[in-house]
Amino acid sequence: MPSKRPVIEITDLVKSYRRGGQSIPVLENICLKIEEGEFLALMGPSGSGKSTLLNLIAGLDQADSGSIRVGDREITVLSESELARWRAGHVGFIFQFYNLIPVLTAFENVELPLMLTRLSKKARKSHVATALSLVSLSDRMDHYPRQLSGGQQQRVAIARAVVTDPTLLVADEPTGDLDRHSADEVLQLMDQLCTELGKTIVMVTHDPRAARKSHTLKYLEKGVLTDAPQIAAPECL
Amino acid sequence: MLLKLLLRNAFRHRLRTLLTIGGIAVAILAFGLLRTVITAWYAGVAASSANRLVTRNAISLIFPLPLSYKEKIRAVDGVSIVSYGNWFGGVYIEEKNFFANFAVEPISYFDLYPEFLLSDDERAAFFRERKACVAGQKLAKRFGWKIGDTIILRGTIFPGNWEFILHAIYQGKDKTIDENQFFFHWEYLNETLRKTIARRADQVGFYMIGVKRPDQAAATAEAVDGLFKNSYAETLTETEKAFQMSFVSMSEAIITVILLVSYVIIVIIMAVVANTMAMSVRERMGEYAVFKTLGFGSGYLAGLILGESLTLTAVGGLLGIGATFPAAAAFGQAVGQFFPIFHVSAETIWMDMAAAAIVGVAAAVIPIWRVVHVRIADGLGRIG
Repeated sequence: MPSKRPVIEITDLVKSYRRGGQSIPVLENICLKIEEGEFLALMGPSGSGKSTLLNLIAGLDQADSGSIRVGDREITVLSESELARWRAGHVGFIFQFYNLIPVLTAFENVELPLMLTRLSKKARKSHVATALSLVSLSDRMDHYPRQLSGGQQQRVAIARAVVTDPTLLVADEPTGDLDRHSADEVLQLMDQLCTELGKTIVMVTHDPRAARKSHTLKYLEKGVLTDAPQIAAPECL
Repeated sequence: MLLKLLLRNAFRHRLRTLLTIGGIAVAILAFGLLRTVITAWYAGVAASSANRLVTRNAISLIFPLPLSYKEKIRAVDGVSIVSYGNWFGGVYIEEKNFFANFAVEPISYFDLYPEFLLSDDERAAFFRERKACVAGQKLAKRFGWKIGDTIILRGTIFPGNWEFILHAIYQGKDKTIDENQFFFHWEYLNETLRKTIARRADQVGFYMIGVKRPDQAAATAEAVDGLFKNSYAETLTETEKAFQMSFVSMSEAIITVILLVSYVIIVIIMAVVANTMAMSVRERMGEYAVFKTLGFGSGYLAGLILGESLTLTAVGGLLGIGATFPAAAAFGQAVGQFFPIFHVSAETIWMDMAAAAIVGVAAAVIPIWRVVHVRIADGLGRIG
């Protein structure tokens, strides 16, 4: 449920890409506030800039101008290496195609983000076990991704996203590659992370059923963010 | 985790990995063999002593020098010992059984060559008997000769059938010493020549000079040549190393080609490994982007790729080095008459390892650059 204070505050965010010497605007003066514990869904047609906005919020890409404040940190001024450190500590990622490392077991995949911490092997093991139990996959920890179903792989990816206990979870089409049953399980799990563990979630989706699970729904079309499918005034005005 | 991951990555596409490792092994084997051929070419130079000078006719090695020069050379300041001899050029049974054979003044010659190891009994027996001869251990083994055997060489420079009795078999002090040589008494040759071709008697093909101090070898050589300046048989004196080098330099073009081919092999395998690494990394670009997303830095990813590349070249390199020894032994046996010293030197092994390491590092450079510079969003393949 939306609560206390904004954990993410985006102001006048502009992003464009250069293709063949031409500048293609992707995001135009985006303003957005996401509160702590909020589950926000971003919808919009392909090429509308949803994933770009998600990448910018998660510190995966650099904006042309504007501000993104996550917690107390202005992330647009961080260097690549500072962003990498910041992501490692504050953001969990859930991808459409799970993006697990195929040569690592479920356990090792979940352990991966912890390799960047100072935790001992024992402590890492305990964290991984907790995360895998949260997604009900404790019995599959020694399985490789190819030995798991799509839904199970996405649950492992969720365990990897939460194992460092990040402030923010970003999910790019988390149900896009799943059947209805698995999608429901994943959405249920994300809802649980938000309501029970207080995680702030930003999710890009094309799936209206997934969007319905969110607390807040935003539409992005031609680089402009609105509350409803029709064009509305920028939120910060 | 890094080690586990890079090892699993390295063997992810088993067929590709095995073919690449096989290619590296063959390349390192070929490189090692070619380096061994070059080492074999220089074996005579490597075995040369700084204490020895060679004096020959200034016109050419095929022209003799008078035996009378011996005492004059001995009187030169800095000379400790003088020996002499002739290239005999004898053939054992048939031409293909080639080996180096020399008529030498035995006592002084073996004093000059302490690296030829003989037992006291054998040495005494060889010195005592005019028709006695000494063969190297490998040579004796090659023809199944035993002490007391009679060996007949057909003379090509000195006509006739020459009979010798094998009284000693020498061993080399170490692996660099040629054990395929054959020596007999110069006096035996000279006495026969006096009876058959008197005009060729009392002449030697070369003098071997022992010097007291290696640092004065150049001055001693100059002094020796000065003695015979403007005589009918002027001399050319040089260090044994320079003398041996003059033979090697005749085949310098071949050596250069072998050297170039050995480097080309390394460049080719570098391209093959680089291609393998580039393909692997391109296929896994999404995974590297995930690593970057999770916060892993460029150093970690570079370590992952470099480690994988080095794993391939290390395994291939070790297999190649391992195969070099039996291959060199077989090769050495096949070409033993041309390369009496044919063994894989420690330097060759070091060069093999260095080549494998260089290939591993060079093959990883471009893939690392790509991974480090790829935008995460591009790596994940999602912009929109």
